[in-house]
Amino acid sequence: MDYFLELFVGGLTRGSIYALIALGYTMVYGIIELINFAHGEIYMIGAFTALILSSVLAMAGMSGPAVLVLASVVAVLYSACYGFTVEKIAYKPLRRASRLSPLISAIGMSIFLQNYVMLAQTSDFLPFPSLLPDLDFIRDSIPFIGPTELIIVLVTAAIMVLLTLLIKFTRMGKAMRATAQDRNMAMLVGVNVNRVISQTFIIGSALAAVGGVLIASHIGRINFYIGFIAGIKAFTAAVLGGIGSIPGAVLGALVLGWTESFATGYVSSDYEDVFAFALLVVILIFRPAGLLGRATTQKV
Amino acid sequence: MNRLAEIRKSLAIACWFMFLTFPVMVIRVNTIEKVIDWRWLNMLYIGAGSFAVSLLWRYLMGRAAGGPKPAGPEASAPAPPLQRLREDPKLYRPALLLLAAAALAYPFLVSTYQVNIMVTALMYVVLGLGLNIVVGQAGLLHLGYAAFYAAGAYTYALLNHHFGIGFWTALPLGGLVAMLLGILLGFPVLRLRGDYLAIVTLGFGEIVRLVLENWNAFSFGPSGISGIPRPGFFGIEMNLHGATVYLYFLMIGLCLLTVFVVRRLQDSRIGRAWIALREDEIACQAMGIDKTRAKMTAFALGSTWAGLVGVIFAAKTTFVNPASFTFLESAMILSMVVLGGMGSILGVALGAFILVLLPEYLRVFSDYRMLLFGIIMVIMMVFRPQGLVSGIRRTYEYRKGEPVEHGTAAGR
Repeated sequence: MDYFLELFVGGLTRGSIYALIALGYTMVYGIIELINFAHGEIYMIGAFTALILSSVLAMAGMSGPAVLVLASVVAVLYSACYGFTVEKIAYKPLRRASRLSPLISAIGMSIFLQNYVMLAQTSDFLPFPSLLPDLDFIRDSIPFIGPTELIIVLVTAAIMVLLTLLIKFTRMGKAMRATAQDRNMAMLVGVNVNRVISQTFIIGSALAAVGGVLIASHIGRINFYIGFIAGIKAFTAAVLGGIGSIPGAVLGALVLGWTESFATGYVSSDYEDVFAFALLVVILIFRPAGLLGRATTQKV
Repeated sequence: MNRLAEIRKSLAIACWFMFLTFPVMVIRVNTIEKVIDWRWLNMLYIGAGSFAVSLLWRYLMGRAAGGPKPAGPEASAPAPPLQRLREDPKLYRPALLLLAAAALAYPFLVSTYQVNIMVTALMYVVLGLGLNIVVGQAGLLHLGYAAFYAAGAYTYALLNHHFGIGFWTALPLGGLVAMLLGILLGFPVLRLRGDYLAIVTLGFGEIVRLVLENWNAFSFGPSGISGIPRPGFFGIEMNLHGATVYLYFLMIGLCLLTVFVVRRLQDSRIGRAWIALREDEIACQAMGIDKTRAKMTAFALGSTWAGLVGVIFAAKTTFVNPASFTFLESAMILSMVVLGGMGSILGVALGAFILVLLPEYLRVFSDYRMLLFGIIMVIMMVFRPQGLVSGIRRTYEYRKGEPVEHGTAAGR
């Protein structure tokens, strides 16, 4: 039973991280119907920025939670700036092009960002300092949950709540929902669509950076390539839940996290990714619009 | 218009990029020796570089916006030289002859290395044309094409390893296996549309690669299979140069065959059905086209080419392992199709040549070539989103006074 719970918690942690990244995908997709392949790279840049800053701060003599807070806040801000810039350069000029052009542009951007970090930093794995406080008393009271895992799950849950509030109750959230429903209509009623798109990219990138910082300090090492796999997995999660749907992305991410965790634990760790993608195929056969996606009837 | 404002804006952008790249470009932490390397010079480069690029970008965007574009992209008055070349038989016949002569003479004029690169380029031309059937013609976004390429390569590698089957027997078998795999993929994705389809094909591609990587008993895992023989020519032994040249002509032949088949397909009943499917699925169904069959044939035919090229790939490198068939490979082939111009044979071929030869000749910049490659992809898409050569759309013109023919259309 303890093993089961351990896997359950592992899956939950994994799912939380996927959820943070998947939200960026699903929000961007909901608004401009673009698979933002560079999103995983934003997550990687977030992790790198946090690593660089925390090392600098640590060497400057700071320690403890101050480093954590400062490094992660700056990393999140930087990632948001990157997301904003990427959209302006690679996607905005393509607003009216066919569906595939921005996709290729996104793949190009992804290749560019990977190589940019690799050349400016290093292609080796870098050890990531454990920024999260080590709450040992948790390990004593609940044996199957690690302290960092608990923090990841709690932070993710808090962010989800905040995001939901933001989208449900603020003016900005309203504008986002309007744009997602119908961009032209939103424009007609006076929504500044370009600004909404920028905001979406900024929020999505910031969430990805939170995920990046959390997972990097959980696993303890990063390199320039981590964004790619995480990006693909998160996108799978977003589609699994029904792309464009925010609760769907979270559900999809959790399902994916648990599938991987249990597959690794009970079957074989070699086939972890095979299970993830096979699950996707199976779910889409029975629910072609994802778990929470609405099957749209096409009107002619 | 206002130069000063332009410059001020570019300055602001330069500052923005200096800020943006600051942590990654300037600071490098050596975690082992605990020293920080401050590289302020990089910041200066970024600032100066982005200022220049921004000015250029502004200029180009201003020109693109101010030009005769809005009327319609294809309606610009003077036809570009490439289009004139394609349409005027007086021009394209000698051009084709010249091209054929160059292609024949090529392997005897350059080194084995250069011929090898050209073989790779030709392989990607065929791959691009194959994927073009699925993406360009049928409009199904396929992100796992490398899986079928892998199927062909592994078919030859495994059959040769276990049963000693030769290249020429394996070639059709590789195509067949890829085709069956294509049909297998076709079943689950039939109901999906748009990006759901894209992610399932991506997932399928990854599944195939991961299985090849992990099922050691079947595929020998990540270490792959080596010692695959090159294609034979009636039992004549060839040295490396000879074999490469032979492969080159083989690829030329396959390319011609592909172009021929793709052209015939474009004008066939099924080709028309694909175009209808791409333009509007519902209207296509309403016209009485069997949507399922059209999609399946697109997947099957597109995959067959990948299988054939896969066999040739295995024969060329004499070694296969799963690392050659990653998602990046699929993305690369897709980029060729889109970059060159979807639906256009010339465009796809051009795209393949550019994307293979560009990194090859960018080797001078060794480390920076993938960086440049990424930038070029973005820039190409921003300035020419329809690709280098836009596909020709078949149009029927109705002229006054000409009787409208009725009977002929029904017979097709």
